[in-house]
Amino acid sequence: MRSKFWGGVHPAGRKELSADTPPTPVSAPAQVAVPLQQHVGKPCDPLVSVGDKVKRGQKIGDGKGMCAPVHAPVSGTVIAVEPRPHPNGTLCPAVVIENDGKDTFESALKPHADTSSLSADELIECIREAGIVGMGGATFPTDIKASIGKVETLIANACECEPYITADDVLICTDADRAIRGLLILGQILNPRRTVIAIEDNKAKAIAILKEKLRSVPQVELAVLPTRYPQGAEKQLIQVITGRQVPSGGLPRDVGCAVFNIATCASVERAVVEGEPVLRRIVTVTGPGVKEPRNLLVPIGLTFGEAVEAAGGLTGDVWKVLSGGPMMGRAQGDLFASITKGVNAIVVLTQAENGEAEHPACIRCGKCVAVCPMGLQPLYLYRFSKAGDSGTLRYYNVMDCIECGCCAYTCPGKLPIVAAIREGKQLVREGK
Amino acid sequence: MKFAVTASPHIRSGDNTRRIMLDVLIALIPTLIAGTVVFGLRALAVCAVSVVAAVAAEWLWRKITRQYGTVSDFSAAVTGLLLALTLPASVPYWAAAVGAVFAVVVVKGFFGGLGQNIFNPALGARALLMLVIPSAMTRFAAPGTALPLTGEVDIVSSATALHHMQIPALPEQSLLDMFLGNIGGCIGEVSALALLLGGAYLVARDVIKLRIPASYLATVALLTAIFCKDQDPLQWMLYSLLGGGVLLGAIFMASDYATSPATPGGQVLYGVGCGVLTVVFRYTGLYPEGVTYAILLMNAASWLLERFTPTRLFGAPQKKGGLRR
Repeated sequence: MRSKFWGGVHPAGRKELSADTPPTPVSAPAQVAVPLQQHVGKPCDPLVSVGDKVKRGQKIGDGKGMCAPVHAPVSGTVIAVEPRPHPNGTLCPAVVIENDGKDTFESALKPHADTSSLSADELIECIREAGIVGMGGATFPTDIKASIGKVETLIANACECEPYITADDVLICTDADRAIRGLLILGQILNPRRTVIAIEDNKAKAIAILKEKLRSVPQVELAVLPTRYPQGAEKQLIQVITGRQVPSGGLPRDVGCAVFNIATCASVERAVVEGEPVLRRIVTVTGPGVKEPRNLLVPIGLTFGEAVEAAGGLTGDVWKVLSGGPMMGRAQGDLFASITKGVNAIVVLTQAENGEAEHPACIRCGKCVAVCPMGLQPLYLYRFSKAGDSGTLRYYNVMDCIECGCCAYTCPGKLPIVAAIREGKQLVREGK
Repeated sequence: MKFAVTASPHIRSGDNTRRIMLDVLIALIPTLIAGTVVFGLRALAVCAVSVVAAVAAEWLWRKITRQYGTVSDFSAAVTGLLLALTLPASVPYWAAAVGAVFAVVVVKGFFGGLGQNIFNPALGARALLMLVIPSAMTRFAAPGTALPLTGEVDIVSSATALHHMQIPALPEQSLLDMFLGNIGGCIGEVSALALLLGGAYLVARDVIKLRIPASYLATVALLTAIFCKDQDPLQWMLYSLLGGGVLLGAIFMASDYATSPATPGGQVLYGVGCGVLTVVFRYTGLYPEGVTYAILLMNAASWLLERFTPTRLFGAPQKKGGLRR
């Protein structure tokens, strides 16, 4: 039931900058600040206080409800629990640990050489305790996503449709077995009729590796999709793989689907089989503003500045530093924020990439309508957001916008459409 | 160190307003050449006057109203050129200049500038000139007439294809002459070949979609074939398509972004509406031509068409369009 998703754009991929760089491990610095909120939901409460000794892998923050625990990425001493810069642009409470350099590991998670004997509940508990969240950037707690009973289709998302980013690509090239095993563990929980790994056709090497590996795993199907942004957006990917549309305001499970990022699958394997919580991740540090673009394997809590240094430092006329890709990433004012579980890339753009206009103006060309994968009319969302008219915004279904940025990318008038839509959504949420 | 912090997306396509307007100007080059070949240098001079007047008016209007300058986006140049192409080559220069100023300041500027205007500026100005100097607007020199470059033009008006068709009778011009442009008429409407070349360029560059021109022309073709006033519906249809400004209107006027619907469904309905009104005005109106008023009327209806053709929301049943919110 393969189909196409609506709209979409073809921005220059620029993945060649970092695609051939297997992740270089970066050792932890003398001090790491681990944010207590690295997921969508309630922030964690700190479980340690100043002066406590912590081991690498020890849980240092947790909470009730929609919350994913955080763990110490190094062993050492807690020297502060205080607000620190977060990639989302705010100051967020963080546990600051002074690294003793010994990397003494201790985790409440047990390794399981054989996972087949574990029940779904045990697996979900293991995923929760490991603090696994959507590693593609959405950071939705994986245990909650996995506790929806049975699904029809389980999809591992390796599309990585954002330009520049190659973190998932190199993960597959270097560690495909782990990712596939992780996907099968998720399959053990969700009992899908169909298990699919979805990947875009611009990753030839990863596709070849997956084809080879999947020969011995016939229950997993490989879907090689023609490259188009935003193919990796959850709703669009489900549409492509199953032909079904997640209802407006609904969730993937409403159409019998569950989608996990391929890096999330790898984290699941690491947690269940090796008993290691999320302590590190692959980050692509790239862009024309980085001296030696490459993939890094970094401990959670490393700052953006330290990661950029590990890639040779900044170069040229730096314009923006992004947490995530250029279509949906968040611009950083400085390099002080800590890398969290959801940071898949640090993209540094130079002034040459600055396509913003001094005087944006809508010429009503309708190109935004043509590229919107959600079937919206972005030009009106822009106009009525600017006018503060929440009633009309609701009429134009503003809340269905996934903020993929296709409209603003394609806009010849260079309108900041997504920024306006965010303001419009806020208006509607406030019920004004 | 401080970096720029603005909202995503952080990269933009290479497409921009200036490039689009430049593409329209490029697409009009064949038509401009054809007009100059058929009517001589005076045609080129009328175009130059109109473009200069439009650009000057835009510059002055933005200056007086203390808005940022927009001359460099070339939209005023496009308006000036499009207006000139809808005028006979024999029209007085001052008329072209007045029309261009009216188009830029009144039809566009008063409504808020580029993208905000309800009516197509060039056609709005042409409608004004039809009211003010109807005789000069409807007298057409025969092709190849040596029009004087300066001074008042006193020409013997030659009957265009549409004049014949109003009788009604099949025109004396051959279909090949109609296609190539060896006929009387307005500067920009004579050569179907040049217009189609320009249209093909615009479609290839993705400046316009085919929906509006195709639905417009198909409607005109269908209606003139059905309500044929001659023995041969095919010939009648072809003369209807090649005569007058229907090609210029369908390719370059009706497809104007600001004044046409932004939804795909609305665009098709809009093209159909333009086609129906064009045929109705041609058949019943005082003037042999009806393209200008057909498009202007549909301009006014475009918001309505858009409202009745909402795009389909992902994951929801198709919403019925309507006036109520």
